[in-house]
Amino acid sequence: MNAMLFRFLAVCVATLSVGLVGGCERAPSDGGGGNDQTSGAPGDGASSGVLADSESGAAGPIRVGHYASLTGSEATFGISTDNGIKLAVEELNAADGIGGRLVELITYDNQGKPQESVTAVTRLIDQDKVVAVLGEVASSRSLAGAPVCQRKGVPMITPSSTNPDVTAVGDMISRVCFIDPFQGYVGAKFAKENLGFMKAATLYNRAQAYSSGLNDNFVESFTEMGGEVLTQQAYSDGDNDFSAQLSAIREAAPDFIYVPGYYTEVVNIARQARRLGLEIPLIGGDGWDSEELRNAGDALNGCYFSNHYSHEDTRPEVQEFIAKYQAKYGKIPDGLAALGYDAARMLFHAMERSPSLSGEDLAAAIASVKDFPGVTGKISIDEQRNATKDAVVLEVVDGVPKYKATVSPD
Amino acid sequence: MSRLIRQSQSLAPPGWTVFPRAAWPLLVALLVGVLAQWVVGANLGGFSSKVMLIAGINIILAVSLTVVNGFTGQFSMGHAGFMAVGGYVAASVVYYGSIKLFGSADFAGGVLSQTGSGADGAPILGRGDVLFVTGCLVGGLIAAAVGYVVGLPSLRLRGDYLAIVTLGFGEIVRVLFQGTPDQIQPWRAAEAQEKPLHELAIMLGGPKGFNLLPTYTTLFWVYLFVTITLIVCYRLKTSSTGRAFLSIREDEIAAQAMGVHVTRYKVRAFVLASFFAGLAGGLYAMDIGAINAGDLGFLKSFEVIIMVVLGGMGSISGAALAAVILTVLPELLRAPPPVWPLGALLAIVAIGQIRRSRWRVRHLVIIVVVTALLEGGRRYCLVKGINIADFRLLIYALALVLMMILRPSGLFGLHEAWELRLGRRKKEGPET
Amino acid sequence: MTQLLQTIFDGVTVGCLYALIALGYTMVYGILKFINFAHSDVFALGVWMSITIAGWLGVGAAGGDAPPWYMGLVVLAGAMAVCGLVGFVIERLAYKPLRNAPRLQVLITAIGVSLFLQNLGQQKFAFGPYPESFPTLLDNRPLFSVAGVEMWLSDVAVIGTTLLLMAALQFLIYGTRMGMAMRAVSYNTRNASLMGINVDRVISFTFVVGAMLAAAAGFLYGLKYEGQAKQTADAMWVMLGLKAFVAAVVGGIGNVRGAVLGGLLIGLVEFFGVAYLSSQYRDAYVFAILILVLLFKPEGVLGRATVEKV
Repeated sequence: MNAMLFRFLAVCVATLSVGLVGGCERAPSDGGGGNDQTSGAPGDGASSGVLADSESGAAGPIRVGHYASLTGSEATFGISTDNGIKLAVEELNAADGIGGRLVELITYDNQGKPQESVTAVTRLIDQDKVVAVLGEVASSRSLAGAPVCQRKGVPMITPSSTNPDVTAVGDMISRVCFIDPFQGYVGAKFAKENLGFMKAATLYNRAQAYSSGLNDNFVESFTEMGGEVLTQQAYSDGDNDFSAQLSAIREAAPDFIYVPGYYTEVVNIARQARRLGLEIPLIGGDGWDSEELRNAGDALNGCYFSNHYSHEDTRPEVQEFIAKYQAKYGKIPDGLAALGYDAARMLFHAMERSPSLSGEDLAAAIASVKDFPGVTGKISIDEQRNATKDAVVLEVVDGVPKYKATVSPD
Repeated sequence: MSRLIRQSQSLAPPGWTVFPRAAWPLLVALLVGVLAQWVVGANLGGFSSKVMLIAGINIILAVSLTVVNGFTGQFSMGHAGFMAVGGYVAASVVYYGSIKLFGSADFAGGVLSQTGSGADGAPILGRGDVLFVTGCLVGGLIAAAVGYVVGLPSLRLRGDYLAIVTLGFGEIVRVLFQGTPDQIQPWRAAEAQEKPLHELAIMLGGPKGFNLLPTYTTLFWVYLFVTITLIVCYRLKTSSTGRAFLSIREDEIAAQAMGVHVTRYKVRAFVLASFFAGLAGGLYAMDIGAINAGDLGFLKSFEVIIMVVLGGMGSISGAALAAVILTVLPELLRAPPPVWPLGALLAIVAIGQIRRSRWRVRHLVIIVVVTALLEGGRRYCLVKGINIADFRLLIYALALVLMMILRPSGLFGLHEAWELRLGRRKKEGPET
Repeated sequence: MTQLLQTIFDGVTVGCLYALIALGYTMVYGILKFINFAHSDVFALGVWMSITIAGWLGVGAAGGDAPPWYMGLVVLAGAMAVCGLVGFVIERLAYKPLRNAPRLQVLITAIGVSLFLQNLGQQKFAFGPYPESFPTLLDNRPLFSVAGVEMWLSDVAVIGTTLLLMAALQFLIYGTRMGMAMRAVSYNTRNASLMGINVDRVISFTFVVGAMLAAAAGFLYGLKYEGQAKQTADAMWVMLGLKAFVAAVVGGIGNVRGAVLGGLLIGLVEFFGVAYLSSQYRDAYVFAILILVLLFKPEGVLGRATVEKV
């Protein structure tokens, strides 16, 4: 009995120590394992300016965290966003950082899972002592990380989550992109006023929050403007065959189809629609943004989608950004990279204007940003900490998106 | 005959001891919970506490799956489906219950549910906490009921088919939850108060998931339930029901010949496992503050299966240990610590055992070679800037295959950790 | 009427793909009595090898002009060869050591191999996480119309190739010595080896043939949905493989003709469900059929009930 008891205790100790060793990571510049940070660490009121901050050390680098899906089925989005952020950080550090302090970016992969997002954000805040968090692309993962940031008093900026719930978590959370209600409105307004269409049909991905949310918003806006939505058809993740839904749409005879999906499905939808004899244009959202649209051949010509920016925009900041991105990564930046870039730059802009790097001050500085010249347009943060900005509508011509129109919020 | 009956009845413990005998697991669980939250957790810091919390949830999942896969030998691949059912039900009870009873979906917990500071003046057990525990238990019960419904027809099937059916069930659950109508946001709570319960119960968010839940899960609650799970499963293993499970695993037909009602016991194992999976689901949902069935598909089931298989199918301590290791490993892999101290320690132990001729020299060689390889790999990755964490799943899959080929019984096999012997048994008479 | 015909046609076309994959499952089950979970990953590998080989040959940029028709055959042959090799390697390394092990162990190993292949494909040195488009290997155009349903060249190619491969398989199994050896091993492995059959070689051969059929299914899948971008990390690959497994079970696992019948059946069920009920529960229909079949006729439509002797 003694031997057994001893071994049982040994096993408990072993298990606990495995847990402790694994959990207690030694952060590079700090001493022991992180202590729990209570919300709102006291800002250094004595001197103004960023140099006096006590958290990251008097003259050490400023740490900014980013959590993203670098692996898994949404890896491309996470990688794009990360690329944009890294570019902004490099630029800033080349220009001597903020008040002489360089910015250090720490990126963690959450493998596309919300639970990992929680651990990643907790790690960033508690162990790596970041002053702000950037992330995530998907609303479900932003919604997982946001409560942690809110509770611990660290500001979070999401570059591209469009679900309105994300900023509702608290006053530490803001975003640089427009939200789905606005994008739905953009699609409806463009179809109604620029193209003069009255009758719509929609084809959306019911398994995806982004797609179904955008669909609902579009339907609401379009009917408010006096248009008529004849039928709403849905498909699910992984579906390849849309003939049933497209046949139903064909029966209803609308003027256009609103397809708020990702580019991976849109090409297929367009081709199948043309095969079934549907020649009407398709209109979509920022999920279309990709070079892969050219695979549709002729099927997507004369179709439109709303986006955060157009790489034909002649504004100097846009062209410079595209040139730098291409030089560093060898591709034309997509909307997500542009948003990542803007989120990081807006954060640095707020850091420069903020009296200190404490959570509350920084969040207040972010929330008061007005007319920030981002690549994706002039960004102003409103009372719900969402970004008020223009959207562009692009037309697909020979497989390449070309700028067509700009729609501003009322 | 009646004398025998009276004699055996006199051996039974007196009636009044029923209460302490039933209550001590709960008291131990409370003690462990308190220790976990205020002794261990307070000294570890936020991030490590978080990892410990997730490890606890994984322990519940892994140990409950061991009951089905390990004890009873039924290969269920739909465990995450039960977790989803329990999680959604618990979330629904907590969220809509808060709105109906307290008027809003805000956090209404007491000291037991607070993380970090900010608990001045709060009661020990807040009304939100009561709702939370009720929600988790109800979630577990509903998951158990679903387990019954799924298990009854499926458990007549042979191993491979059962695996596929449970996999299919997990997918059906996912599809069903993702088809539910939108949840009512917290700022529209007044609307929700008007609606009848049966309408609210299915407004679970659909593809957007069930979000903005109050976060009640803390180390206390998780380790309370972990202790209860461990005690229940351990007592089960050594009880007559547990013996029946093990007999079914060994040879179903012989067990049936011996009078064990095979299907009934299989269903019982399934129901029990589903209950704990549902419980874990509730803890999971109230930890993140959101739950989405899309994340609880067969990939999550596979993760739990890997824990059970690596720990030893049928070993509670093995499953628990494997759950902890596999939870901590991804975080470790982000910044791998040096391996050579552990290797040196093992080498010293090995030398000691060799001198007592319990281990062979080749064991020492294996230890040294493996340590050298791991350390070398780690240094190489550091130099080249390769992030090992990206290869995590690859490593797990490889480990699974190698484990099955080289040591199919897992870490501990059917034994518990405290039953292992460090060396070879000396030949001493009949095996006991 | 048009919709009915369209649904039947689509169901049959996709059913052919399921049938090809199901054949791999069923042959392996017939011989070794276990479910090769990694088979769906061989199918995904077939798709990705087609894309990669087309890229190497420089043909069929998506959305562009189609190359001469024989290029498609070259890509197909290449994909089949690579996948056959992969099937062989998997069998030798992972399944052979477990030839006599309990089935549960082999099942878990198969899951491990499946996870390994999935994650290997996603690594940067392999296919990478970015979506790639299927190459355009055929000058796709509608050939003729039957009652309002258009028959495109790609659909005809899919059905035609499937028929050809099945005929080849039929000849292989019933008309050659190796086929006879395969049938013998599936009846009784020990007695077959007593009769002088090299069981190891037969098993390897079965795996290779199964993998080649899965690769062909992958190629045809790419042909049917050309131009579409897909990525390695999609859960869709496993789903497709799973449905093919359901097809094998429904048809009677271990039975070659059953696999074909099962594939067509599942394809039709899926498409009819989507067309006439809701497309939301597409996957659920297939699993529902599985559960029904397993409850009422577990040996499958064409299978024979075996009685377990005690």
